[in-house]
Amino acid sequence: MTTVSQDPTAAVEPRLGRRAAPHKAKRDWTGWKFIGPFMLIFAFVLIAPVVYSIYLSFFKDQLVGGNSFVGLANYIQVLGDQKFWESLGRVSIFLVVQVPIMLLLALFAALAIDSARLHFPAFFRIGIFLPYAVPAVVATLMWGFMYGVRFGLVANINDFFGISLPDPLSNAWVLASIGNIVTWEFVGYNMLLFYAALRVIPTDLYEAAELDGANHFRVIRSIKLPALRPAIVIGTIFSIIGSFQLFNEPNILKPLAKNTIVTSFTPNMYAYNLSFSGQQYNYAATIAIVMGVATAVIALIVQNRGSRKEV
Amino acid sequence: MKIRSNKGLRRGAAALTGALALGLALSACSSAGGGAETGNADDIAKALDTETTLTVWAWAPAVEQIAKDFEKEHPKVTVNVVNAGTGNDQYVKLQNAIKAGSGAPDVAQIEYYALPQFALSDSLVDLKDFGFDSFADEYTDSTWNSVSLDGGVYALPQDSGPMALFYNKAVFDQYGIAVPTTWDEYVAAAKQLHAADPTKYITNDTGDAGFTTSMIWQAGGEPYKTENSTDVSINLQDEGSKKFADTWSQLVEGDLVSPISSWSDEWYKGLADGSIATLTIGAWMPGNLESGVADAAGDWRVAPMPTWEPGAAASAENGGGGDAIMKQSKNKLAAAGFLQYMNEGEGTQTSIAAGGFPSTVADLNSDEFLNYESPYFGGQKINQVLVQSSKDVVKGWQYLPFQVYSNSIFNDTVGKAYSSKSDLNSGLEAWQKATADYGNEQGFTVKAGS
Repeated sequence: MTTVSQDPTAAVEPRLGRRAAPHKAKRDWTGWKFIGPFMLIFAFVLIAPVVYSIYLSFFKDQLVGGNSFVGLANYIQVLGDQKFWESLGRVSIFLVVQVPIMLLLALFAALAIDSARLHFPAFFRIGIFLPYAVPAVVATLMWGFMYGVRFGLVANINDFFGISLPDPLSNAWVLASIGNIVTWEFVGYNMLLFYAALRVIPTDLYEAAELDGANHFRVIRSIKLPALRPAIVIGTIFSIIGSFQLFNEPNILKPLAKNTIVTSFTPNMYAYNLSFSGQQYNYAATIAIVMGVATAVIALIVQNRGSRKEV
Repeated sequence: MKIRSNKGLRRGAAALTGALALGLALSACSSAGGGAETGNADDIAKALDTETTLTVWAWAPAVEQIAKDFEKEHPKVTVNVVNAGTGNDQYVKLQNAIKAGSGAPDVAQIEYYALPQFALSDSLVDLKDFGFDSFADEYTDSTWNSVSLDGGVYALPQDSGPMALFYNKAVFDQYGIAVPTTWDEYVAAAKQLHAADPTKYITNDTGDAGFTTSMIWQAGGEPYKTENSTDVSINLQDEGSKKFADTWSQLVEGDLVSPISSWSDEWYKGLADGSIATLTIGAWMPGNLESGVADAAGDWRVAPMPTWEPGAAASAENGGGGDAIMKQSKNKLAAAGFLQYMNEGEGTQTSIAAGGFPSTVADLNSDEFLNYESPYFGGQKINQVLVQSSKDVVKGWQYLPFQVYSNSIFNDTVGKAYSSKSDLNSGLEAWQKATADYGNEQGFTVKAGS
């Protein structure tokens, strides 16, 4: 082992030394050559659209009057736009309620599978993860059928038990129903995230805990949860981004509940409809940027808090 | 291209705006677009004898066949028919292509309600450039009126949708209900039916912009007025709008309409099993019933649309549309040739054969058409009712130059009245406000209210 790793090092170091002098004058582009292809794509698919959106957000293109520079007027309009705040409020409620439920379920599943007390852990692992492999569009359509109060699963349950469940797509329940779909889709993904973090905990920690006489819950509290913290922070950040970007599920359910899922149901739907049915590309770009900044700020706060506790 | 004020000067566009304001013919400025072409029948014939490829965006099923027949007659012209989506989906793509300045087809199918948006924003060719205004007498008044905007002619009508009352006779007979001839009788029938069997409803309605505007149209409402392309007034509380909302609210508030959305699976089931007993809808419906509700063959009949005043026949258009030539087209003369073939020439027969309800007077009044006995409708001569309806369409209706967007937010506003089963008038007011806000945002001068 040692001989293998030492030999190349010994060979390389003198060469680096020889080359060091000329390299001070001339910039070494080797690194750039490696990341160049990535940077090119990154600039093309991420930087360019963002810059273009920012550019768009300073203009206003009207059906009558054409295009004109309006400065920050679009941003001021967003801040006073009731529909925008309603949609933001909706995804915030969604975030506060759905994300903790989903992450707790995922945590529970990961700990259960990791506990070694479960028969067929591989079966449960793949079973819980499987919904994540179902495209969101398909999942939503499937749930949409189940939510049907006349021909769907809800109707069958009502008929079978002679009860009258509330309409899952009514005003009062539609957000919870969407939360249910999203939870079903993403518990598995988060479970896998947590499970992976649990698998890298060195087994000697468990052995030591066992020698100390720690019971199962003590092990979870003192070893597993602290080790999981980075994974939980990541899962939370992904979920925040996912909540703020909520689009697929409500947009696909909309034809089934057109009076409750309005065109400005979530900020993304609002931006989409402004852009594609209202031709208000500039205003839509502004909303997208405001949402992007808001998401980044909240994700950053979560990340900072998460890592501070870790120390 | 959009209507531009003097701030946004562009080649040719400023001259065009001036022309619009002065009410002059647009032909002088048609060079603002791609291929600069106007011409008479000879020019069109010459263009059709030149190697050309036309792109047509349409979703009407007959267009594929019409294109094939056309190619046979004019071998040098290739027609690519693209289904770019139905209705709104296509308009979004069309609007994007217009914004991008390229990528639009030569010919596009556009429904009557969406036509003002594209016509008044200077995206379509005025067909007067080709002398197509001389076809006026060949089409029904209401469809020709729908394509005549701001002094120009922006599409040739393809199909039309004069409204009628489609009702399930089996259900009406079973409960001894007379076919309503006025809307008051209709409300009474709704109550009678639902009382006799709570699973049955007179109709379904979860809020539909097209239906609502057509109903207001029939009630004599004129909620939308556009002058000088950009001066818009909206009054969804005028007499006709109120008349409709007051009556229809009784059905919504009284839980007398089935909360099923049209075109859903549940809807087809409801139409088949009698739980949705009537539809007040355009004359293009028979084909949909035959294919989508085959089980109920023999049960359905057609009656004239119920009226607001007893005995005073009145009707409205519901759906239907025509085809227009895009300003971006580089082959406008050839496109005009195809358009004429499709909607004025032999193509009309293909459309009718495919189930479209014609807008051409000659076809509507042909003995063969009028005396057709529909087996699905128990041998009834349904076209007699439907053609009469096309003659009774109330005059003076206009759509907004941003009706597509306005309709897309109908359920955000009026939908609330439906989901809370409350008065539709307040919903219409909210719709009016949201629509006016959008219009002003887009640079129109919108006056909301009376």
